Amino acid sequence: MTEAATSATTANAPEAIPMAIIGHLIAAVLLLAFPLVATDFFTFQIGAYTLIMGTISLSLMLIAGYGGMVTLAQMSVAGLAGYMIAIFGTSAGGTALGWPWFLAIPAAVIIGTLFNVTTGFLAIRTEGIFTIVITLAIATALYYFAQQNYDIFNGHSGFASVAPAHVLWVDWRAPKPFYFLALAVAALSYTGVLYLTRTPFGLAMQAIRDNARRMEAIGFNVPAHRIAAYAVAGLIASVAGVLLVWFDGGISPGSISVDRAIKVLIIAVIGGMRHPAGPFLGAILFVLLQNFAIDFVNPERFNTYIGLAFLIVVLASPDGLLGLLAKLGRSAPAAKSLP
Amino acid sequence: MKLFILTFLNGLTLAALYFLVASGFTLVFGLMRNVNLAHGSLYLLGGYIGYDVGQLTGNWFFGVAAGTLAMAVAGVLLQVLVFRWMEGQELRQTLVTIGISIVAADLMLAVWSGNTYQFSPPDWLIGTTQLPIVLAHKSDGTAVLLPYPTYRLFLLAAGLVIGIGLWLFINKTRIGMMIRAGVDDRGMLDASGINVHVVFAIVFAIGAGLAGFAGVVGGTALSIAPGEDVRYLLASLVVVIVGGLGSVTGAALGALIIGLSEQFGLAYFPTYGIVLTFVIMVAALAFRPQGLMGRARA
Amino acid sequence: MSLARRTTLALLLASPALFAYGPAMADDTIKIGGLATLEGPFTVLGEDGMRGVELAIQQHKGMAGGKKIELVKGSSDASPDSAVKAVRKLVENDGLTLIIGPLSGDEGLAVKDYAKTQPKVTFVNGTSAAQDTTLRDPAPNFFRFTTDGAQWMAGLGTYAFNEKHYKKVATVAEDYSFPYTQVFGFMAEYCKAGGHVVSKSWVPIGNKDYSSVIAAIPPDVDAVYVALGGADGVNFLSQYQQAGGTAPLIGGSITADQTVLGSKGATKKSVIGMPSAGPIADAWDNAKWKQFVADYKAAFPKGFPSPSLFAHGYYVSTVALLTGLDQVNGDVSDGGAKLRDALAKLELDTPTGKVKLDANRNAVADIFLTEVSEGADGNLYNKVVKVVPQVNQTLGQDPAEFLKLGKVGRDNPACP
Repeated sequence: MTEAATSATTANAPEAIPMAIIGHLIAAVLLLAFPLVATDFFTFQIGAYTLIMGTISLSLMLIAGYGGMVTLAQMSVAGLAGYMIAIFGTSAGGTALGWPWFLAIPAAVIIGTLFNVTTGFLAIRTEGIFTIVITLAIATALYYFAQQNYDIFNGHSGFASVAPAHVLWVDWRAPKPFYFLALAVAALSYTGVLYLTRTPFGLAMQAIRDNARRMEAIGFNVPAHRIAAYAVAGLIASVAGVLLVWFDGGISPGSISVDRAIKVLIIAVIGGMRHPAGPFLGAILFVLLQNFAIDFVNPERFNTYIGLAFLIVVLASPDGLLGLLAKLGRSAPAAKSLP
Repeated sequence: MKLFILTFLNGLTLAALYFLVASGFTLVFGLMRNVNLAHGSLYLLGGYIGYDVGQLTGNWFFGVAAGTLAMAVAGVLLQVLVFRWMEGQELRQTLVTIGISIVAADLMLAVWSGNTYQFSPPDWLIGTTQLPIVLAHKSDGTAVLLPYPTYRLFLLAAGLVIGIGLWLFINKTRIGMMIRAGVDDRGMLDASGINVHVVFAIVFAIGAGLAGFAGVVGGTALSIAPGEDVRYLLASLVVVIVGGLGSVTGAALGALIIGLSEQFGLAYFPTYGIVLTFVIMVAALAFRPQGLMGRARA
Repeated sequence: MSLARRTTLALLLASPALFAYGPAMADDTIKIGGLATLEGPFTVLGEDGMRGVELAIQQHKGMAGGKKIELVKGSSDASPDSAVKAVRKLVENDGLTLIIGPLSGDEGLAVKDYAKTQPKVTFVNGTSAAQDTTLRDPAPNFFRFTTDGAQWMAGLGTYAFNEKHYKKVATVAEDYSFPYTQVFGFMAEYCKAGGHVVSKSWVPIGNKDYSSVIAAIPPDVDAVYVALGGADGVNFLSQYQQAGGTAPLIGGSITADQTVLGSKGATKKSVIGMPSAGPIADAWDNAKWKQFVADYKAAFPKGFPSPSLFAHGYYVSTVALLTGLDQVNGDVSDGGAKLRDALAKLELDTPTGKVKLDANRNAVADIFLTEVSEGADGNLYNKVVKVVPQVNQTLGQDPAEFLKLGKVGRDNPACP
C-alpha cells in the first residue's frame, strides 16, 4: 500500500500538476474543436466510434490495469446493455417494449452493471489466466444464448432501427450531437477513473493487485473491493454499450462474439494499460486501421496487420503506445502494465 | 431408446476427438504453465498440411503422419523461439499466443482460402458397421442390428490407444517421471540437474503433434475450414478446465463430460445445448478451479 | 501525463480530418459502390458476387448513361453491423449515391434500415434473400432485382408431394433466418398440397457434427428436406450414409451445388434424383444462359467452374442499375428521383429470364426446379425439370393471406 501511495504523491509533486493540467486542456480543446474541422463522416464514424470503443476498453483497463484481473467479458456487458435498450426502447425485428428513454436507459445500464457484478462474483475466485478463461466462457455463453434465443434476443438477426430519442429539441443521432454525447461519456469515465485511483478505494485496489494476501491480513475485504471494481467497470461499459447500439443502429450476436471481446483486449493492450489515456490511444489506431486499411493495403489481410501490430506491441513494449511515448517524457504513475 | 444409444455413442466418440485435441494442451499447460492459445491454430494447420500431403501422395495415412510431424516441429519452434523468453509471464504468453493465432488464421485463409476441405480416407474406414445391438427382429426372425459409422469407432479406438499410450508414457517412463516432477515443482526439477529446456521441448513437441494428429483425424470426420481453430481451442479450454491441468486422466474425464453433454444437447434440446457446455465450464471454474483431477495450484 | 503525450493523442485524433476525398461525381464519371462479404466465412461467395458486378460493367463497356463507371468496393463479414459500417463509409465518406449490395440476409435487413435514413441514395440489393427486407416495412429507395429465399423454393413443395409422392417429410436446416425462409418457402406449398412435416431439426450455426441430429430423424419419413450449404451438405450426406440412413433427400437452393455433385465415392450415388429449386440451374440448356456462363469463364479463369448464384445475383442487379442509368442519361442531380422511378418500372431480360419489380420493389422472376441426374460421362449435374415462371414474393398466393402466415421462424409454418 505504501508504494502505491508514495508513487501517487510523487505525481502530485508541484511541477507535475501544471504540466498534466495543461496537457489535458490542450487535449480537451482539440477534442472539442474536432467536429468543427472534420467532416460529418469523420466526426461520427471515426471520432464517436473511437470514443465509444475507448470507453469500453477503459472499463477493461480499470479492472486489468488497476485491479490486476484481465477480463474478456467487458464487450459482453456493453452488448447486453445495448440489447436491453433495443428491448426496452423502440426497435425493429423483435419484441420491443417502447419505454421512454428516461426509463429504458437506466434499466439497461443497471442490467449491464449487474451482469458484470455477477461475472465478477464468479471470476474473483480465480486468478491470472483462469480469470481470462472464465470471463471468456461467460462471454461465449452469452453469445450463444443471444444467438439461439428468439423470445428475448431475436436470435441471429438481432434488432435493427435502434436510435436515440429527440430530447431537448436535439436529434442526438446527428453526427455532431452524437459525437459530443460520446465525448461527454468518455470524458466523464476518464476523469472518473483517474479520480478513483487516487481515492482510498482506488489505492486499496492497486494494493490488492500487488499483494492480496497482505491486504487481507491487514483487514481489507478483498472480494468486496474486487467486486466493486467490476461494478464500476460494468457501469462504464454499460453506458458505452448504450452509445454503441445507437451508433450501429442495431445489435446482433455478432456484436458480442469472441472476436469482438478479444478486440477490446487488443485495443487496451496496444494503447497501454498504465494510464486511462491508453485505451483511447489504442482505439484511435484501431479505428483508423479498420476504416482505411481497405484504401491502402489489401483489405483481405487486415487481420494479419492488426495481429502483427498487436504482437509487436506485446513483445517489444508491454506498456503499449503509452510505453513508447513514455520515452519522450516523464513516466506515468499508478497503473501496472502486463505482469 | 435407439436415439439414446446412438447419442451416447456419438458423445463417446466425440469425446475421443476432444481428448485427442485437449491432451496436448493439458500437458503443455500443466507442465510449463504455458497458455498456448494458438493450440487451435495447430489443429487447423495440421489438418491443412495433412490434407495436402494426403492428396499429393494419394495416401491418407501419409497425411496423418505429415500433419503430426509438421506440428511437432512447429511446437518445438514455438517453445524455442517464443515461450523460452517468457517463462513465468502467463499473461504475456496468453497475449502473444492470441496474436500468433490471429496472424496464423489469416495467413492460412490466404493460402487455403475459405473453402471446406473433405479428406479421402480409405474406403474401409468410412463405411457402416453393424454393432451387436439388436434393434428389432424382422418377420423372418433375423435381427436388425444398429448401424454405426465405422469412422467414429476408429476415432474412439484412436483416442483409447493414444490415451493409454500417453498415460504409460507419463507414468511408466523416466521422461514421464521428469514431466510429472516438473508439473509438481519445476524449480526442483531444474535443481536436480535435468536439462529442463529439453524436457519442455519434448513436451511441446508431443502436445503440438497431438494437435496436428487430431487435426487430420478430426478433420476427416468433420471437415476443416477457417473457424475450426477457434472451435477446438474453446473445446480444449473447456475440457482442460473441467478435467484439471496436467492430468491425462483429467483430460479424458473432461472430454467425456463435454462430449456427452454436447451430443445429448444436440439430440434432445438443440436450441440451448450449446450454451450448456459453457455453463458447465463457468460452474467448474467458479466452484472447483483446479478441475476434477487437478491439484490446487502452488 | 506529459504535455507531449496528450498533444500527440489529440493530434492523432484530429489528423484524419485533413484527409481529402474527391467528389463522387466528376462530370464524366459515375461512382458506384459494391458491397459484398469480402471478409469472414463468406469471403469466397462475396468474391464471386464482385465478379458478377465486374462482368456486368465490362459487358456495358464500362459506361452508363454516357458516363464512365468507377467501382468502389466495400467489405463486410456477414454481420449486420459490419455491413452498415461499410455502406456508411461508402455513402458518407466517399460520397457515393449508388450502392449495390449486400450479400447476406441479415445484412440486407440492416442496410434497408440505413437506406431509410439516406433518401437521396439509391440502393440496389446484391443477393440478400431475407423475406422481410421488402415484404414488411420496405424502404422506398431499396430495390431488389433478385428473389428471396422463399421464392427460390417455388415449385418444390408441390413437386415433392404430387410427383415424388413424399407424404411425410422431416426437415434439417441451420438455425437462422435464411434457412427459416427456405423451409417456409418449401412448406408453404408442401403443406398446402397435403404433405406432413413430422419433424424439424434446427442445427446451431457452425455445428458440423450431424450425427445426433441424424439419429433424431424419425425412421419412417419418406424423405428428408435438407437446407445445408455446399460443404455442410457433403458433411451431412456422408454422415447420413455412414449412419445407415436410406430415406431420399430433397435439397435447398444451396445444397445441390458443385461441391456436393463433385464429391467422390458412394456419397455421390445417393444424391441422384434429389430435387431442388433455386434462381439458377448450372446446366440449363438455354442459349442466353450458356452465353452468360461462357462470358463468366472467359472473364475469370480463376473463378468457379460455373457462376454461383451470387455472381448471377450481383450481375443481374448491376445490369438493372446500369440500364436505369442509361434510361435517365446518367442524370442523378435530382437526388436520384428520376433514376428510382426508372428502376421501379424496369423490365429486364436476364440470362435466367425476365425480371420485373412488384409494388415493394422486390423481384418477380423465373425459378428453376431441378433434379440431380447422371450424365453420359458419369458426372452429376442439375437437370432442369421445369421453369416456374414469374414467381412473386407471395408465391402466387393472396397477399393478405400470405402476410397472415406470419414472419419466418422456427415453428412457422407447421403442418405435422
